[in-house]
Amino acid sequence: MSKIFETPLYPYHRSADQDAAAPVRHPVIVIGAGPIGLAAGIDLAQHDVPVVIIDENDKVSWGSRAICYAKRPLEILDRLGCGDEFVDKSVEWQLGKVFFDERKIYEFDLLPEEGHKRPAFINLQQYHFEEYLVHRVQALQAEGKQIEIRGNSRVASIDPRDDHVLVTVDTPEGSYKLEGDWLIACDGATSPARKMLGLDFIGRVFEDNFLIADVIMEADFPTERWFWFDPPFNRDQSALLHKQPDNVWRIDLQLGWNIDKDEEKKPENVIPRLKAMLGEDAKFELEWVSIYTFQCRRMEKFRHGRVLFAGDSAHQVSPFGARGANSGLQDTDNLIWKLKLVLDGVAPESLLDSYDYERILGADENIMNSSRSTDFITPKSEISRIFRDAVLDLAESHEFARPLVNSGRLSVPSVYDGSPLNGNDDPDLPPRTRPGAPVVDAPVGDNWLTDLIGNRFQLVGINTEVPASLDVDGVRVEGMRISSAEDTDGHLQKRYLGAEDQAVYLFRPDQHVAARWFDYSENAVRTAVNTATGRA
Amino acid sequence: MTKLNTTTNISSPDDFYADLIAAHEGLSKAESDAYNARLILLLANHIGERKILTEALEAAKARPSGTD
Ligand SMILES: Cc1cc2nc3c(=O)[nH]c(=O)nc-3n(C[C@H](O)[C@H](O)[C@H](O)COP(=O)(O)OP(=O)(O)OC[C@H]3O[C@@H](n4cnc5c(N)ncnc54)[C@H](O)[C@@H]3O)c2cc1C
Repeated sequence: MSKIFETPLYPYHRSADQDAAAPVRHPVIVIGAGPIGLAAGIDLAQHDVPVVIIDENDKVSWGSRAICYAKRPLEILDRLGCGDEFVDKSVEWQLGKVFFDERKIYEFDLLPEEGHKRPAFINLQQYHFEEYLVHRVQALQAEGKQIEIRGNSRVASIDPRDDHVLVTVDTPEGSYKLEGDWLIACDGATSPARKMLGLDFIGRVFEDNFLIADVIMEADFPTERWFWFDPPFNRDQSALLHKQPDNVWRIDLQLGWNIDKDEEKKPENVIPRLKAMLGEDAKFELEWVSIYTFQCRRMEKFRHGRVLFAGDSAHQVSPFGARGANSGLQDTDNLIWKLKLVLDGVAPESLLDSYDYERILGADENIMNSSRSTDFITPKSEISRIFRDAVLDLAESHEFARPLVNSGRLSVPSVYDGSPLNGNDDPDLPPRTRPGAPVVDAPVGDNWLTDLIGNRFQLVGINTEVPASLDVDGVRVEGMRISSAEDTDGHLQKRYLGAEDQAVYLFRPDQHVAARWFDYSENAVRTAVNTATGRA
Repeated sequence: MTKLNTTTNISSPDDFYADLIAAHEGLSKAESDAYNARLILLLANHIGERKILTEALEAAKARPSGTD
């Protein structure tokens, strides 16, 4: 049986566009069928925007890449109509252990907060992640949505014009041109689109190498995240062991800066290293072995006229903290509803500048967090190494030092504080759900709040009446009343009301809070919708 | 609001100073550095208040006037 990553999922087919006399115009062209390009395409198709996704190959991700996804991206996948398949296949973990030298210094239980539909984290191979997104694309196609993936098609040039972008695509049968009103570049960290436009990608390279191996092994290691600092089997360096579905284990071994990458990658060098870690008798098979150097960098701006960058093309982080794909999904979550309103002519193009504001804020948070983790794992000076080891020494017997141990802070979504789209706030309501914040899930009857909102502006009256629908100059707003009394554990009360009896929340299509009040007022809602759509 | 206390606060300062130096006796330079780091972390946690810690980080930077 061939593996999913060896199977062509969207092989090349000749498109009618290739035989057209003049370049055919599409509302949106997406470059790249990685996790972010696929998510962008699905979101657009759900909004009935026809979309063409162009990828230079025809298979899912190759090699050891993302494995860990946080709760917020799972909620986004739910909104995209496909969360279950990911969660059902995945491995859920909760316990982490930290080792220093030969000793286990402590363990931590993530103890996910109660009252959320989705777990704090799941592990799943990136190739499955992309496979399931392709399934969703196929389901949308079956429903008649205009979403297309063109495989073995490489974007060779892009030519931004005033009101569209002209794209040249190379295929096995020669090249052709097509036009997009908008172009979303999800073409990864080495983004050819970025280079074609001559744009910068500035940041830091961490002078270190990591051997990343995925091994298939029948082992009775528990489903936990194990992280070692300076272990006997990898002196002066770190190591990580993490479980994925189908008995695949992710192993990261830090190698240091001055190494011979080709030598280190050879199985005769890799296998003894892994045996030293897993035990001489461990029986395993190598699925992938790669050596990575990590970087943290971002573009200065993600929007360049009608070309929008999302995912790794716009920003790149080291994987400690699982922020790459996680944050890329939050990019398209933020972008697509705005683009839809602009395409429909109900919002001005300048609404897209808020994509820059909000997602650059997110990217900077991720870069800061993953730089801090990387600096802890690879201290960059003698004194930083001294403090790092002091923290680890103290952590064994002193609880206070454990939160200072940083082997990766797992991704949490950004609150878009200060965003030009944020509307009214009543500061007596809980800070956690202030304007700019992503929805905080809570049970609502037999349902979940995250399943009740999204893809449209949604007014939620908690213990108070709001109209069932409202048209704010072409923007549809739906309303629903929910009751905090049904939630006997009080999650809704605590997360949305605090000490108050009632409140009205306006959620954006990406499930972020736009504005909130104690009482409903039509005028106030109109103002907030206008603000949140860049029309104020 | 509490501020970093830079007035006399340690009783029998000579004893404390002697203890501090004695704690390093027989340690190599590397062991002393590690000891200092653990000590700073323990004391910082005891203080806890971020504002005071920031003031301390600043105060430790300042050199006596006329020595730059
Ligand atoms: C070792 C490792 C571990 C990681 N772990 C995690 C993790 O646990 N959690 C997490 O969230 N993230 C993790 N990441 C990051 C994650 O893999 C990336 O953030 C994610 O793949 C980004 O997706 P993307 O769609 O932006 O880009 P990519 O996945 O790089 O996809 C880009 C796509 O564009 C296509 N393309 C490129 N150029 C062209 C062209 N000219 N024409 C047509 N198509 C083109 C490519 O074929 C590719 O399909 C990890 C990364 C690494 C390397």
